[in-house]
Amino acid sequence: MTRAVAPMTAPRTPVRRVLDPTPGGSGPVPDLSLSSLLAAVEASGLSGRGGAGFPTSIKVRAVAEGRRRPVVVANAMEGEPLSYKDAVLLARNPALVLDGLEIVGRAVRCRRCILAVHEESLDDAATGALEVALRGRQVELARLGGGFVAGQETALVNQLNGRAPLPGDQFRRVTEVGVDGRPTLVLNAETLAHLALVARHGATWFRSAGLADDPGTSLFTITGSVRRPGVVEAPRGSRLADVIESAVPVQPQAVLVGGYHGGWVPARDLDVRLTRPDLVPYRAAVGAGVLHVLGADVCPLDFAEQVAAYLAAESARQCGPCVNGLPQLASTLHRLASCERDHALPAELDRVARVVSGRGACAHPDGAARFVGSTLDVFHEHVDEHLRGRCPHDLGVRR
Amino acid sequence: MSTRLHIDWTRCDGHGSCVELLPDVLTADDHGFPLPLSRERDPRVPARHAEAARHAVRSCPVMALRLVRDA
Amino acid sequence: MTTQALDAALWAWGRGTGIAALALFTLSLLLGILGRSGRSWRLFGRVGVSDLHRTAALTGTGLVAAHVGTLLLDPYAQLKLVDLLFPFLAAYRPLWLGLGTLAMDLLALVTAVSVLRGRLGPRVFRSVHWATYAMWPVALVHALGSGTDAGTTWFRGFAVVCVVVVASAGLWRLAPSYAGRGWARVPRRTT
Repeated sequence: MTRAVAPMTAPRTPVRRVLDPTPGGSGPVPDLSLSSLLAAVEASGLSGRGGAGFPTSIKVRAVAEGRRRPVVVANAMEGEPLSYKDAVLLARNPALVLDGLEIVGRAVRCRRCILAVHEESLDDAATGALEVALRGRQVELARLGGGFVAGQETALVNQLNGRAPLPGDQFRRVTEVGVDGRPTLVLNAETLAHLALVARHGATWFRSAGLADDPGTSLFTITGSVRRPGVVEAPRGSRLADVIESAVPVQPQAVLVGGYHGGWVPARDLDVRLTRPDLVPYRAAVGAGVLHVLGADVCPLDFAEQVAAYLAAESARQCGPCVNGLPQLASTLHRLASCERDHALPAELDRVARVVSGRGACAHPDGAARFVGSTLDVFHEHVDEHLRGRCPHDLGVRR
Repeated sequence: MSTRLHIDWTRCDGHGSCVELLPDVLTADDHGFPLPLSRERDPRVPARHAEAARHAVRSCPVMALRLVRDA
Repeated sequence: MTTQALDAALWAWGRGTGIAALALFTLSLLLGILGRSGRSWRLFGRVGVSDLHRTAALTGTGLVAAHVGTLLLDPYAQLKLVDLLFPFLAAYRPLWLGLGTLAMDLLALVTAVSVLRGRLGPRVFRSVHWATYAMWPVALVHALGSGTDAGTTWFRGFAVVCVVVVASAGLWRLAPSYAGRGWARVPRRTT
């Protein structure tokens, strides 16, 4: 599965905050003290847009309390193949991301400010545009490598320290010891874009969209069975159907919310609100805003099997439970997708999924387990058909 | 306040001394890696097993274990 | 006690502690390989093997200290403090004794790193620990060359047993069946 490239015909986006190239007048970058920044970010309720959704103010505070001057990293690695919101953001509005990075950097008196991008996500044009935006700023551009897990916080820090792009034990938090041994603040590129707007327009403005407990807007990458795939911006808490509407879904069977580590929302439930509590029954979370539409002509187990194989291949292979468990998940799912009439398969998948969860340096195995669990859950009727030796999508063709 | 056993999975090679010393806390999975019986990430170590837990931390040949005080 | 008797006692102690140390390091090496295999052994289990491995090694280290201390006091050995650190400078059988110094230097390094491994981390500990595979044969050859018992049948028998033990364990260590600690596993990436 190669890295997705942002297409030319994108869906219409109803709200334009971070995607707008000239957000409310670009002037000099606001110079905020640490306390002002913290006050603004806390009041805004901004949380991370990189997947974990952690409250941004807490992260900033953690790194500012160290003795050594910290390092601030804008994470645009975007290891998830179904996501390209950060790539689009950097292509359309790099100045906003860099403004956010500089604002935070100055407030915490950073020693270094780094924008981390994956070398494969930048073509020559994008690199050129980025280099123009970087002029005159005290920001380093780090063009990095690695796979699916390379954007994980500790893996990113390891790579910036010259080591392999693999996750490390999270006991030693990067906010304590990170790049160059300094407290390190890793924030998603989109989070920094929103932060820059909060610094310019204030918390009240930020809260004018979205929900009280999840304010603002965020970017969603819409892929799959849609006429107009691409990145849209929508208020937090929007209904899934509304967010994907402009992408023009074609015969959706279900939508994968949260990417390869996410969960399925079936077609009948597309009016669900994209909030944490509303998505809990689907084992999904908004995460980094990946919305992949599964068309009616695709066997969900075929799709899931390919995802599971990809996730197994992308294991960093450092942790025993992951390197052993994920291939097991993939091969068992393959058997199920092949219509093998073994009624023990779902239980076996469930068992392996439970065993790999929580047993690794990062959340990669947990994500894989969640995805597999959701697939079995949402498509249980389809699974039953497969266990009877036939796939509803094959119209009688034997597998 | 409780004591928890933290496993550094980037180091753990499933040697198994910890499972031997803490049978009430850990078991071995299909591949010999420690599996907390409570299914927690960092399982709680009851006070009566504190000495065994310290022994486990010392015995791990790849130094993958540490004991953490939970506030 | 007469000087002669004392000298004889020191010489006996010197050789005895050395031979005992070699026996214990042979045991420790064997237990090290058994432990690394990850297999559980009846009676001991994995923990018993690793505890015994360390105890044997530490006891052996103590015996080496006694061995060297005794020989420093023994006039027949003509051992000087400088010989403890720098090999091949000794007055008595410099080559064979030099190997003993070398083995002891390696032992000191391995011991120091083991004690400090909390600070140095598992990678430094593991790479230095490989030196034990060099230390053991050097110690054995030292014993065969500088010990006056080397010609005796019992010592030769003892040396043969030690070599057989280490060679068999070493061969098993290199066998493919040794890997994965006895479990059917996908190999991990180890740096």
